[in-house]
Amino acid sequence: MDFASFLIQTLNSLQYGLLLFLVASGLTLVFGIMGIINLAHGSFYMIGAYLAFVLSSATGSLYMAILLGVPLSLAFGALLEWAFFSHLYKRDHLEQVLMTYGLILIFEELRSLLVGDDVHGVEIPALFSGSIPLSDVLSYPVYRLVVSAVCIVLAIALYYVIQRTRLGMMIRAGNHDRTMVEALGININMIYRVVFALGFALAALAGMLASPISSVFPNMGSHVLIISFVIVVIGGIGSVWGALVAALIVGFADTFGKVLVPEISGMVVYIVMAAVLLWRPEGIFKKG
Amino acid sequence: MNSQLIFKLVALALLACVPLTGDSFYTELLAKTLILGIFAMSLDLLVGFTGLVSFGHAAYFGIAAYTVALLSPGYEAGNLWLLLFASVACSALAALFVGIFVLRTKGIYFIMVTLAFAQLAFFIFHDTPLGGGSDGVYVNVKPSASIGGWVPFDLDTQAHLYYFVLVLLVLVYLFLSRILQSQFGRVLVGVKSNEHRMQSMGYKTFGYKLGAFTLAGGLAGVAGFLYAIVFGFVTPELLSWHQSGNVLLMVILGGMGNLIGVVAGAFAFISMQEIFASWTKHWQLVMGGVIVAAVLFLPGGLAAIPGRIKRALQGGGNDE
Repeated sequence: MDFASFLIQTLNSLQYGLLLFLVASGLTLVFGIMGIINLAHGSFYMIGAYLAFVLSSATGSLYMAILLGVPLSLAFGALLEWAFFSHLYKRDHLEQVLMTYGLILIFEELRSLLVGDDVHGVEIPALFSGSIPLSDVLSYPVYRLVVSAVCIVLAIALYYVIQRTRLGMMIRAGNHDRTMVEALGININMIYRVVFALGFALAALAGMLASPISSVFPNMGSHVLIISFVIVVIGGIGSVWGALVAALIVGFADTFGKVLVPEISGMVVYIVMAAVLLWRPEGIFKKG
Repeated sequence: MNSQLIFKLVALALLACVPLTGDSFYTELLAKTLILGIFAMSLDLLVGFTGLVSFGHAAYFGIAAYTVALLSPGYEAGNLWLLLFASVACSALAALFVGIFVLRTKGIYFIMVTLAFAQLAFFIFHDTPLGGGSDGVYVNVKPSASIGGWVPFDLDTQAHLYYFVLVLLVLVYLFLSRILQSQFGRVLVGVKSNEHRMQSMGYKTFGYKLGAFTLAGGLAGVAGFLYAIVFGFVTPELLSWHQSGNVLLMVILGGMGNLIGVVAGAFAFISMQEIFASWTKHWQLVMGGVIVAAVLFLPGGLAAIPGRIKRALQGGGNDE
């Protein structure tokens, strides 16, 4: 592998890993704070991608689609939390698995009814549609760099919100001890709704950003869901920092796996997970 | 107790009558249901009795099915008993191997990690030349049940095939009931209710859980073995996480921790699937709605309904 293609694969790994981080961070927060296993989280990614497709076809630009799509996702996330997930907090994991599995079926069929089962492309905004030449033959698409940059900005913003704001303080406290937070007079249900809506919006935004790269297609959420599970397992439940590190590990393992050992590329990520489990059964950044 | 026994015998007699109707569509559908019933019972050992929510149980079902397909000689009949042994052994070994990893984790982790390992198995058959890719592989000729030249039954006859499935279902049921009454089974139930207490009483719970995980994998292998023989083709879809979700659904629908209940859960699942699919192409929408409604309004599954009715009739109110 020469330097230019190594650079391309490294950039791809970063971009893929950072995108996965957006999905996994919401998943790990919902796990950590609410104790809910949410199989439908992959569907949120799918919903985001389809929102990008529908809205950008309607408005003619991906910017408008994202500008409209993010508030829509926040609202829809809050609505879902109110209608379904708020009933799951005191149930056992089995019932959570079951209901969220049912929700996947519903979301996929609604998607099929509303948009159909075809694969659709989403256009890259004209400003970012170019490529940067790296060598005589190889070049790198600008849009992927933009996606990475947006993800990094969001990761920093998320870090700031969780570590430096009053809301973040309450989220961290809820992650640590729910009963104590309630006893201090904080409306934990409100925090749950905010965190859930935030997780939904992050996953949906990841879907929107990814839509021009991967195009939108049925069941696109299920692969992302399982990879996000792997990330949460590697990073440790509830740890956003762990999710970032694990997402980058997975991004690199998957991308370089495809180049170096294409025959078993589908398995590389799971092998990494198995190794981490042997080493630290509760993830690299186990909390507490 | 006696009324339960009568109920079981009547159900068995009714099931035994199915091939007599001569309707090949419903006989095959019921054979499929019974196979899923075995599959659901094997998962119930983990979910219902040991308290381990495995979301990757389809892996062991699929591994056994692939074992049958890959070990069957191309265009002649394989030996049924050898294939049964080999496929169950492969599933049990795979479960033993995976169990060593996944049983180090608990709760939500366990659910995710079992899912991830099942996905690993899925990719092994999906991506490598071993499993014929996403098209799967065929079992061209049904195996022969010959024992040293004597052939007790012929699997090319649909009725024989059906009875073979039914007999294995009964055997798996009796085997699991026996296991659950043994000391091993009691420890598993103890692990479910309080693992720390079992540990402080001196039980090495890891070994028991690993035993249960391996056993459940092997029994799921019985179901996968039957599936490959009855349907004659095997695809990676058998290991997909939808399959794991569906079997978990059967267990919960039937009421976990109740072997007969989960077989009823398999019946309920297949019936719903058939009925909804006859209404609309988008039957999964209805199925999803039923699942969500069941979680919201029917904790305890179908098996809890008689108890609820009894309580309602006694006028005890809803003191759950």
